[in-house]
Amino acid sequence: MLKRVTSEFGEKGDGPAHAASDHRLVAGHAGTSVVDIRGLSLTYEAADGPVYALSDVDLQIDEGEFVSFIGPSGCGKTTLLRVIADLEQPNAGHIHVNGVSPSEARLRRDYGFVFQTPALYPWRSIRKNVELPLEIFGLSKAERRERSDKQLDLVNLKGFENKFPWQLSGGMQQRASIARALSFDPKLLLMDEPFGALDEIVRDHLNEQLLQLWRKTGKTVLFVTHSIPEAVFLSTKIVVMSPRPGRIIDIIDAGVLGRERRLEVRETPEFLKIAHRVREGLRSGHSYDD
Amino acid sequence: MSTALRATILIPLAALGCLAALIMVHRPTMAGQAGLGFWTLVGVLWLLAGIGLSALSHLRARSPAARRAVGLSVPILFGAFLFFLWEVIVVGAGVPSVLMPAPSAIAGRFMASLPTLREDFIQTFVKSVLSGYVMGCLSGFLVAIIADRIPFLRRGLLPLGNFVSALPVIGIAPIMVMWFGFDWHSKAAVVVVMTFFPMLVNTVAGLAAAGRQERDLMHSYAAGYWTTLVKLRLPVALPFIFNALKINSTLALIGAIVAEFFGTPIVGMGFRISIEVARMALDMVWAEIALAAIAGSAFYGLIALIERAATFWHPSYRT
Ligand SMILES: Nc1ncnc2c1ncn2[C@@H]1O[C@H](COP(=O)(O)OP(=O)(O)OP(=O)(O)O)[C@@H](O)[C@H]1O
Ligand SMILES: [Mg+2]
Repeated sequence: MLKRVTSEFGEKGDGPAHAASDHRLVAGHAGTSVVDIRGLSLTYEAADGPVYALSDVDLQIDEGEFVSFIGPSGCGKTTLLRVIADLEQPNAGHIHVNGVSPSEARLRRDYGFVFQTPALYPWRSIRKNVELPLEIFGLSKAERRERSDKQLDLVNLKGFENKFPWQLSGGMQQRASIARALSFDPKLLLMDEPFGALDEIVRDHLNEQLLQLWRKTGKTVLFVTHSIPEAVFLSTKIVVMSPRPGRIIDIIDAGVLGRERRLEVRETPEFLKIAHRVREGLRSGHSYDD
Repeated sequence: MSTALRATILIPLAALGCLAALIMVHRPTMAGQAGLGFWTLVGVLWLLAGIGLSALSHLRARSPAARRAVGLSVPILFGAFLFFLWEVIVVGAGVPSVLMPAPSAIAGRFMASLPTLREDFIQTFVKSVLSGYVMGCLSGFLVAIIADRIPFLRRGLLPLGNFVSALPVIGIAPIMVMWFGFDWHSKAAVVVVMTFFPMLVNTVAGLAAAGRQERDLMHSYAAGYWTTLVKLRLPVALPFIFNALKINSTLALIGAIVAEFFGTPIVGMGFRISIEVARMALDMVWAEIALAAIAGSAFYGLIALIERAATFWHPSYRT
């Protein structure tokens, strides 16, 4: 089994928190950054030596942004998302989410996580799956019902409430898992290649739905993908990463495409220009390999 | 000839033939001295039944109810035919009943000894098996939960579990009789020892079976240990737990019967088997065996039914 190097960085320590907030004031980001990462590194201690999954990562994400992470397999996208969600502990660096440590943010229930697989519980109906976090948070039955109705409607799953996950297609399952992540109104929506296993047409459709959802809810979304068109189509900001060690090599602003996007935007010159820059970034990252 | 036609013609034909053969073989002139002609008839019936049953099992019924009926009738008819063979061979060839009594003789003995069988059943199954089973399974389950919280217990207990599972009942039964006396308590104790560890080992494995993302999900909701246990890990462990319940249902019956060979009041299925063997009353021994088989299958079947309802979501039961 693999073991993490013990962290020298106390997640609840006061020192780094103060240092970081001071730093942020100096940098002039006060109050706007939802995610604030500085000098973050994470090393996995594997049996055959250390794996430098993240190395000296700096990243600021503002409220309401849609940020995509793109990069070759193994560059640390999942790891970065998991660090933000307090599912992994970094070895060094500062990370703040809404001004507190990831672990406090998690205890405050700031995160809605959508995994690569839907990870629905097969013994629960779709409705019961969506209500799972609400049950855990102790909401009343009536309120759970109301919220699950609303979320299932939002992801177009009305009429499937009483089905079980295995009776639904992969795309519907992933939508249910998005509804579950949104049900408790988290501040941040973290999505790790949610549509990776779906075909192109379903994927396009879900991308459009996700954009609509994002506009309606105004949530900050962090979205991992392997697909350049998907990243450009969805994002206001694209983070290009490269492996060994995992680091950020480019951050591209895609705000010029506006918030209202339809699939046709993919044929516009602005879109192609941004896609080209992402591709260039990925290519330059790869050259480090040899 | 179509499969459906073959099944509908051959099976009733074979059934009629079997009935005729049964009547024939029980006639005094035939019993014990059946000739070549009779055995040829049996051979032909075998062939007919074989083709008919194979046609029946290949039948594609349209409605689900009909499909279930066909699915049920194949093993029932097959079993009935085996009993028929057993009956005609034993009676026709005149096999001594000490070696192998005919099913009809066993059934006759069974009906004639109902009061005795009832007492034995209550002593062995209701008192020893059920109480030992409930205690063994429940304690195995609870210890698994405790071991799950306390890692050193898990590491210490599991190898011990494998060791105890390898212990033969024959070895522990006399010791339990010494400790708990001749009555059913010592048998229940044997059953507890036999059922405890399969339940422990299976439950511990089941509790570790939840996937990483499923657990991360709970973590991201800041769910505590007990919430995660109840809402995720126990449901995931359910198929494992039912597996242990099914294994244990057979183990418990074997354990209780064998334990009675080592001292018991003058009642109980194991006790009856051991003394009737000594008295050469093999039909009674077989009647007890039949009783054990019926009780054991009913017990197992009941658990399997509950399992189906409780783990309907599991890939092996999904509809
Ligand atoms: N639990 C772990 N223990 C050891 N090494 C790990 C662990 N998880 C990830 N790694 C390693 O860390 C690196 C980054 O992994 P990560 O899963 O973050 O990549 P990724 O960018 O999400 O890749 P993909 O696109 O294939 O999902 C990889 O080299 C991987 O082998
Ligand atoms: Mg990944």
